[in-house]
Amino acid sequence: MTKKRFLDIAVPAVTGLCVLFVIVAIGAIMINIIVNGWSQISLKFLTSAPEEGMTAGGIFPAIMGTFYRTIIMSLVGVPVGTLTAIFLCEYVSANSPLLRMVRFAVNTLAGIPSIVFGLFGLGFFVQFVGPGMDSIFSAEGQIQWAQPNILWASLTMAVLTLPVVIVSVEESIRTVPHDIREASLALGATRWQTIWRVVVPNSITGILTGAVLAVSRGAGEVAPILFTGAAYFLPNLTHSLSDQFMDLGYHVYIMSTQSPDVDATRGIQYGTTLVLLCLTFTLNAAAIILRYRMRKRVNA
Amino acid sequence: METERHQIVTRNLDFFYGDAKVLHAINMNIEALRVTAFIGPSGCGKTTFLRCLNRMNDLIKGARHAGDIHIDGKNIFDRDVDVVSLRKRVGMVFQKSNPFPKSVFDNVAYGPRVNGVTGSRDVERIVERSLNQAALWDEVKDRLHDSALGLSGGQQQRLCIARTLAVDPEIILMDEPASALDPISTAKIEDLIAELKQKYTIIIVTHNMQQAARVSDYTAFFLLGELIEMDETQKMFTNPSKKTTEDYITGRFG
Repeated sequence: MTKKRFLDIAVPAVTGLCVLFVIVAIGAIMINIIVNGWSQISLKFLTSAPEEGMTAGGIFPAIMGTFYRTIIMSLVGVPVGTLTAIFLCEYVSANSPLLRMVRFAVNTLAGIPSIVFGLFGLGFFVQFVGPGMDSIFSAEGQIQWAQPNILWASLTMAVLTLPVVIVSVEESIRTVPHDIREASLALGATRWQTIWRVVVPNSITGILTGAVLAVSRGAGEVAPILFTGAAYFLPNLTHSLSDQFMDLGYHVYIMSTQSPDVDATRGIQYGTTLVLLCLTFTLNAAAIILRYRMRKRVNA
Repeated sequence: METERHQIVTRNLDFFYGDAKVLHAINMNIEALRVTAFIGPSGCGKTTFLRCLNRMNDLIKGARHAGDIHIDGKNIFDRDVDVVSLRKRVGMVFQKSNPFPKSVFDNVAYGPRVNGVTGSRDVERIVERSLNQAALWDEVKDRLHDSALGLSGGQQQRLCIARTLAVDPEIILMDEPASALDPISTAKIEDLIAELKQKYTIIIVTHNMQQAARVSDYTAFFLLGELIEMDETQKMFTNPSKKTTEDYITGRFG
C-alpha cells in the first residue's frame, strides 16, 4: 500500500475516533446527570429552600440567584462588548496601535483563569468601587456596597465574558457589506446614523450570538463569584443589588466539599446540576429564538 | 470659460491614493440641469473623480487631494463645509445596486428619516413621489413592505435611484448605473436619466460609448488620470479635437 492510500484510510479513522471520543464523553456526562438527577426533580425541589443542613429541601434560592446574576451579567456585558466592538470596527483604523493593544488585551482576557477574575472582582469592585459608593450613597459608617453582593458578582462575570462578546460582534460587524454603508453615507446619514441604522441591525445576529456564548460561558462558572457575592446559605431571597445570592454551581461545589455529610447531599447535587444545565439551555434557547426572529425581521 | 450656468467647477484637482497620483490637475466645468458623461478605459480615474464630487473618497485611508471643487460657488473642501449636508445635495447611485436589507418602503424612507423627516404622512408622500420619479411605483406599490432584495436587478437599481431622489438632491452622480443590467433594464434607466435631467444635474460614468452618446449632453474623456477632452457630446462623437479621443471612441484602444 502506498503512503498516500494509507493516509486516505488512516485519517478518516483517526478523526472518526476523536469524534466518537467526544460523543462518548459528553454522552456519559449527560446520561449520568439525567439518570441520577431526574428522580430528585419535584415541584418542592424547585420551589423551596434548602433544609436540614442542605440534606433536604429544595434549591429555589439558588435557581433565582443564578438566573438573576446571568441576566444582570448579560445586560451589562453584551452592550459593553457590543459598543467596544463597534468602536474597534468603525472608529479605529485596521492597523492602528490602539486596535492591536485592545485586541491583545481582549485575547489575554480570554486566557485568564476564572479564579483570577474572582480575585479581580474582590479587589476592584468589592474593596475599591464599593467603599467609594458607600462614601457617597450610604449613611455615615454604614456598609452597603463594600461587601460581596450580586451586582459585583454579575459585573465580575460580565468582565469574564467580554472577550467572547467582543469577538463575536466584531466578526459580525466586519461581514456587513461595505456598499450598504456607502449607500447610507451617500444619502447624507452621519457616521453614527449609519452605524445605528445599518451596521447594528445587520449585525444583530452576531450580537445575540455573543449573548448566547456569554450565557454559556458565564452561567456555569463558579470561581469568579466565590469572593464577589455567592453565599453558602441564605434564609431569604435576593431582593436588591446589594444582597448576596445563592448560586447553582456554587451550591454543588459547597455540597460536595463543605457539607458535613457529603453522601447525604449526593442526590441534591445531581438534581442541582441537572437544573443548572436546564437553566443554561433555556437561557441559550431564548437567545437563539430571539436571534431567529431578528434575522427574519432584518431579512424581511 | 466659467459662467453662471456652471454648477460644478474644479480647479487643478489632484488626487492621491497614498503615493500614487491618480488624478492630474483636472479642470472641468459642469453645467446645471444637463447630463455629463465620463468615459475612458478602466483605471483612468473617472470613478475617483466622480467620488470626489460628494467627498465619498474621504472614507478611504491614505487618500488626499490638492486643488478645489466649487459647487454653486462654494469650495466643498473648505473647513466649514459639512460633508453630511454636501452628500445630501450631491446624491450618488452606485455601480452595483446596493439596497439595504430592508423593505422597499424603508429603503426609500431611509434618507428622509436620517435627515429629520419624522411625520409618517410626510415620509409616505416622499416615498410615493420618489418611486414615481424613478418609474418604479407601479411595479412595487403592492409590495412596499416586502424585502427590497426580492426585486429584480433592474428594479433594485431604480430603487436605489428612488432612494437618492428621496433626499431631494441637486446633483446626482451615477457610477456605471447600468453596467450589471440587461438591455431592457438599461433602456429604462436611460429613459429615466432623460426624464430626471429636467430637475437634476446628472453626471454619469459609463463604459458604454453608445450609452454616453444616447444620454449625455456633454462628454468628458479621461485617460491615465488626465482629462483629455471635454465637449458637447455631439461634437465629441463626431468631430473630437484630440486624436486620442477619436482613437478611443472608435475603439482603437481601451
